[in-house]
Amino acid sequence: MSVHRTPPVLDVDTLIDDPRTKIIVCCGSGGVGKTTTAAALGLRAAERGRDVVVLTVDPAKRLAQSMGLSELDNSPRRIEGVEGDGELHAMMLDMKRTFDEIVEAHSDPDRAKQILANPFYQSLSSSLSGTQEYMAMEKLGQLHRSGAWDLIVVDTPPSRNALDFLDAPERMGRFLDGRFMKILATPAKTGGRLGVKVLTAGFGVFTNVLNKVIGVQLLRDVQTFVAAFETMFGGFRERADKTYRLLQTPGTAFLVVAAPEPDALREASYFVERLAEERMPLAGLIVNRVHAVVPHTPTAARSQAAAETLDERGEHPLAAALLRLHADRRQLAAREERLREHFTSAHPAVPVASVPAQAEDVHDLEGLRQVGDDLAGNRAAATARPA
Amino acid sequence: MEGLRAVVRTAVAWGRVDQGAATAGSGRLGGVSGITCMAGVRPEGPCGTDDIVSRVSARDTDWDGVRLHVVTGKGGTGKTTVAAALALALAAGGRNVLLVEVEGRQGIAQLFDCPPLPYEERKVAVAPDGGDVYALAVDTEEALIEYLEMFYNLKRAGKAMSKLGVVDFVTTIAPGLRDVILTGKTSEAVRRRNADGSFAYDAVVLDAPPTGRITKFLNVNDEVSGLAKVGPIRNHADTVMRVVRSPETVVHFVTLLEEMPVQETLDGIGDLTEAGLPVGGVIVNMEHPPMLDAGDLATAEAGGLDTDEIVRGLKAAGLEHDAEQTAAVLAAEAVDHARRTALQRREMERLAALSQPKYVLPLLPDGMDLAGLYELAEALREQGAA
Repeated sequence: MSVHRTPPVLDVDTLIDDPRTKIIVCCGSGGVGKTTTAAALGLRAAERGRDVVVLTVDPAKRLAQSMGLSELDNSPRRIEGVEGDGELHAMMLDMKRTFDEIVEAHSDPDRAKQILANPFYQSLSSSLSGTQEYMAMEKLGQLHRSGAWDLIVVDTPPSRNALDFLDAPERMGRFLDGRFMKILATPAKTGGRLGVKVLTAGFGVFTNVLNKVIGVQLLRDVQTFVAAFETMFGGFRERADKTYRLLQTPGTAFLVVAAPEPDALREASYFVERLAEERMPLAGLIVNRVHAVVPHTPTAARSQAAAETLDERGEHPLAAALLRLHADRRQLAAREERLREHFTSAHPAVPVASVPAQAEDVHDLEGLRQVGDDLAGNRAAATARPA
Repeated sequence: MEGLRAVVRTAVAWGRVDQGAATAGSGRLGGVSGITCMAGVRPEGPCGTDDIVSRVSARDTDWDGVRLHVVTGKGGTGKTTVAAALALALAAGGRNVLLVEVEGRQGIAQLFDCPPLPYEERKVAVAPDGGDVYALAVDTEEALIEYLEMFYNLKRAGKAMSKLGVVDFVTTIAPGLRDVILTGKTSEAVRRRNADGSFAYDAVVLDAPPTGRITKFLNVNDEVSGLAKVGPIRNHADTVMRVVRSPETVVHFVTLLEEMPVQETLDGIGDLTEAGLPVGGVIVNMEHPPMLDAGDLATAEAGGLDTDEIVRGLKAAGLEHDAEQTAAVLAAEAVDHARRTALQRREMERLAALSQPKYVLPLLPDGMDLAGLYELAEALREQGAA
């Protein structure tokens, strides 16, 4: 291994102990262990004295259960059994509830009622692509503004592409605040007719198409919604912008989470580049599920050859089997190391922390604590450490 | 490789909807005319249609008669890889298979090691004994424009709209519409026929959204119910539903032998069954094969391996140096392996409760590459999945 391919070590404890670190965002592609990483970081930070809230978007009950709760909801719950001076709270984003709360907070009761009952609003608030990302940002902004937390750890929504997380709030802000929505609202305001004479000819074509494609009723719902929602439009854009800027401040640390797989590391690479473009502060890369090997043990080739020697002689079948197992493991580790090196070649300055693969899932605080230890590098190559 | 990549542009590829709009019924249906490339209409392969039919009926697989294989799975389980391997397996024996991707990830291009796929059907691989795998990366926006042209004769308006972001708007405010467009494109390929009446593709494999979204994605009727009671979208959704609910369609679940993916598979199969959608097989991906016999695994799990015996074995094999230290490491690795094997066995037992056929694909120690893809395809064929 050449020297330039050894990345700086990501020092997790320094990051979470620093009182200037206010927000940690865990991002990465689906299935790489983001949520567990976020929870483990939260627990570790709390046990090292911070007052932490973990905001997750993962609806899986397992995480709640591992923290001793039957389930998580839209307000922070205190986690029992945390050792040390800090406190840990956890919550799960309910995107519709969060959207409803924004509506209720920013309009008078009658108008709020009207909006909440609108069929278009209902589909928008529960299924519009990007809503979850937007609401995660909104919730993050709320938690931050409340000042009740010393550290907020967020894990990002499972999207087909990790970059959606950055783009969606902007896209949705633009959508809700857009000129197009305003044009749509106009007919409703001028008497509720779908007449388009007052508008440009070009727009006439659009409403025609929209009528045909999405149907008159839905378009009417949209228009009623837009009319009722109008006063809030500016606010949406503004809050999205504000949270975006908050993410650019030095108090925020992005952790890109990946598994030692080509797809996940490729996504991680894109994400690192994107964060740099957006001037978002990147703390480092966490590679989960790494198969580490203990140094100074026989190489894959040597182990394989030794196993064959024993096989030929028909001796020591256990040692032969263990040598083959070891050879496989070294081979897997070498492949993972190569993938990690590719990442580091492209991003030599990005600090990396590796978390060894666990044979089993995390089920309780003790499990999360162990992941935390691994993240902090306290158990390097622990899975294969001699007893 | 370049020569293999015959470009096939599928004309205006929306299939006929029975009460379709005015443009339907022209020679454009069936994706036959409007081909812009060298290879001609795809399915006239090395062997004639009759030959294909006889081969198909001669092979006995778990999914005879199925022409649309939908592949779903939790993120990180290797759904795209399995979909591609299944497409290769189905193509074996001189068949034509289309592999469709709908999430804009360009995962197929990466797997087959080719440049990003445009919105057209392209040959990406040849099965060992002569079948062809075509791939299509469906772009929602282009598919919507195509759809507008097909049913509303609105191509120009569609293009203008896309410039102003209105297409984004339409698909955003009506996510159901987006799914109808994607599933519609897929079911059109399933139903498309050649001039001689034979099916254009013997099978279509859809690399679908993940388990959490699959039921909603396929149940387009529900999705558009609030959107359109009558009219072209309704008809289109009905056509899609006919294909999805027909005996020609199954949904396969890809999982790992780990707790969360197995749980999602069980939940997903429950949801799909409840919605009356056809569940196919369960494909276990990246299995770590057990490398010790049952007795050694049990001893290892209990932490009771005889390290002295391991030391003697190492020395006998010529690994004298630090034999004690090495033996300890090997024993610890064995404990880890035994735990993982036990976990895999437990998860396999949970899957055993399902009546669906199961297939197991091994973890490839060298990682995923084109050769590995063929290996997985072969494993799927051996186990009767294709």
